[in-house]
Amino acid sequence: MKKVAKVLSLVLILVLTVGCFAACGKKDEAAQGKVLNIYCWNEEFKERVEKLYPGYTKDSSDSSKGKIGDVTVVWNITPNANNAYQNALDEALRKQKDAKADDKVDLFLIEADYALKYVEPSVSMSLADLGINVSKDLANQYKYTQDVVTDSKGNLKGASWQGCPAGLIYRTDIAEKVLGSSDVDIVQKAVKDWASFEATAAKMKEAGYAMVAGFDDSFRVFSNNVSSAWVDADKNVVVDKRIWDWVDQTKKFTDNGYNLKDSLWGEGPWKQGFFMDGTTFCYFGPAWFIDFCMNCDQPNSVGDAGKWHITVGPEGFFWGGTWVCAATGTDNSELVKDIILKMTADTDILVKLAQTFSDFVNDKPAMEKLAADSSIGNKYLGGQNLYGVLAEGANKISIKYASAYDQGCNENFQACMKEYFLGNATLDEAIEAFKVKIKTVYPDLKTDKIGR
Amino acid sequence: MNETVKKHSKLGKDKWGYIFLIPFFVAFLVFSFWPLIQTIYFSFFDHYFSQTDFDYVNKFAGLKNYKELFTPETARLFFNTMVMWILGFIPQIVFSLLLASWFANNRLRIRGAGFFKAVIYLPNLIMAIAFGMMFFTMFSRGGPVHQICEAFGMSPEYDFFFHIGPTRSLVAFINFIMWFGNTTILLMAGIMGINESLFEAAEVDGASQFQVFRKITLPILKPILIYVLITSLIGGIQMYDVPEVVTKSSGMPMSKDIFSLNVPAAETVIMRLAKYISKSKNYGSAGALSVMLLFITGILSVVVYKFMVKDEE
Repeated sequence: MKKVAKVLSLVLILVLTVGCFAACGKKDEAAQGKVLNIYCWNEEFKERVEKLYPGYTKDSSDSSKGKIGDVTVVWNITPNANNAYQNALDEALRKQKDAKADDKVDLFLIEADYALKYVEPSVSMSLADLGINVSKDLANQYKYTQDVVTDSKGNLKGASWQGCPAGLIYRTDIAEKVLGSSDVDIVQKAVKDWASFEATAAKMKEAGYAMVAGFDDSFRVFSNNVSSAWVDADKNVVVDKRIWDWVDQTKKFTDNGYNLKDSLWGEGPWKQGFFMDGTTFCYFGPAWFIDFCMNCDQPNSVGDAGKWHITVGPEGFFWGGTWVCAATGTDNSELVKDIILKMTADTDILVKLAQTFSDFVNDKPAMEKLAADSSIGNKYLGGQNLYGVLAEGANKISIKYASAYDQGCNENFQACMKEYFLGNATLDEAIEAFKVKIKTVYPDLKTDKIGR
Repeated sequence: MNETVKKHSKLGKDKWGYIFLIPFFVAFLVFSFWPLIQTIYFSFFDHYFSQTDFDYVNKFAGLKNYKELFTPETARLFFNTMVMWILGFIPQIVFSLLLASWFANNRLRIRGAGFFKAVIYLPNLIMAIAFGMMFFTMFSRGGPVHQICEAFGMSPEYDFFFHIGPTRSLVAFINFIMWFGNTTILLMAGIMGINESLFEAAEVDGASQFQVFRKITLPILKPILIYVLITSLIGGIQMYDVPEVVTKSSGMPMSKDIFSLNVPAAETVIMRLAKYISKSKNYGSAGALSVMLLFITGILSVVVYKFMVKDEE
């Protein structure tokens, strides 16, 4: 027994001293770490880095690892479902200070819907602190992609390789029947502002069509153009005038039969509208919406017939996108800086990105060149080059007001207002229900100021 | 001398019983008991993740979380849960009793009884979420059930999930389909445990099938029935996955009924609990709600225990 104890204590001492040496050894080396931890929720960024970041080599035995020079890149991928990605990231960032150098988060990816949650607190680094000259190095980026990740003090804290400007996607055959022409300029005139949009909706109804399929199709268009954030400086939830405009318009559309009473991503009329026997005139969406969501690859779909077209619509807005942020406390600041610069601001790489992945890349001159190229045409849009419309939309977008709580506010507001649109609740009752949901989801917010 | 050796070896064997119990108790202590203590502890705190500070708020709050629970809102959550449970439990117990008495009845000589027993149990093997998704797709607009109803003259505009009755009934129906097989097997075990001579005696006395069922089967089955009732009730209180999926986690549609409060009609207690944790990891409020549930299920368990013990006596 004694022998065992002796051996054990010897082993323990050995382990401890080796650990100590290892730790000491690290301190003596240069400030840069040997492991780059990247947090994300899918393979999108990984694929792009693997393909286009100079000097990146894949690890043939472990797909979650790679190498840049002598630095090991570790991809920590947690799927988005059920908030799992944010939960994992929250825990990692909260423990960042005490984590070992090799375990520290270096880069992480975020989406617009909750960007401010990570941009506002000190968990993300200002790009200027990384040594990036924002006005010079990132001059080609679309302004709105920077607005999304700028904190209240004006620090830019992330960058994106793509833009997701969106437009109004309409059916040419219905436009010809009801508006007399499917020409983009003529249709744009009919939807150039919300008043015209409503007038066109009435015409559509008369002709037996619905302007939009669901309640929340236009929500993003309004919420991108608000003049105050969901949450003010004193943590009061406030509903912006533009959000109320959406409520009024949607109630009117529902009562008048201008929509088909479905919700975004609904399996019913919302989806039916993607097919030729559907009756929906238009949808709001970016390029990925056309390519991946409108069932264009299926027979008898509107896209298959090439009968969609895209125009700017009443207001500029965007939908989606992924931003790359540097985590405070990273031990690989040089590499992090280089990845951000190469992947989001290097025109050569971005042009290749556009060619390989058909992304709408975050580079104004590159996109303007593509927009002018008459050989590019989207077959679902009957050969229309959508880059021109999207680039025009991208310049119109301005995101000034966002908060860390946007995701929960948007989701719950839409769910509660749907009951008002359907007539299951009065507006006041829907507002009360919204207050309860907010209190449940965000206990630190005050709800007394919600109301008209 | 001999006797002490015997005694000793007996003790030695007893030891193994305890050793084999260790894994369970370790797992129980680590994964059940410790979280339980923590839950109770946190229920007295304001404990949540603040998005602005990017850290946990942790302030002693006394009974605040509990006080906030005693509102008509919470009552409505329990009411929703119970309505959907009762709607599912009544057909469940009726069908199960019927099937159990048929399967257990030797005189009926049902062919392929084993096959049918397996079939009725099958729905329970499918995940509730998958079941919920399937029914949601079938009943939503554009889904097969909806199209069949349209063929029979229902308006294509009608949406089952915009209305309280259909939404609640559907949740109840899914729970019924999932659990009636399980209940049938429990009841069958109970019926088969009844002494056959009682049935024979009744037959000799000229009792009808219905009389046998009412006067012999039901009274002897009472403890098992109560067990089924209470366990189903405890399961019902914890109803979560089906309404979560069917209402896309909103708990909508809204309705005004006996509380004249217009709140989501299909939101259950556990759905609220999940909402507390979803974005802000609000373990304070969620803890208080959990402790409340612990008390309710605890009381119900004591009731079951009392009946079981009485039965043994």
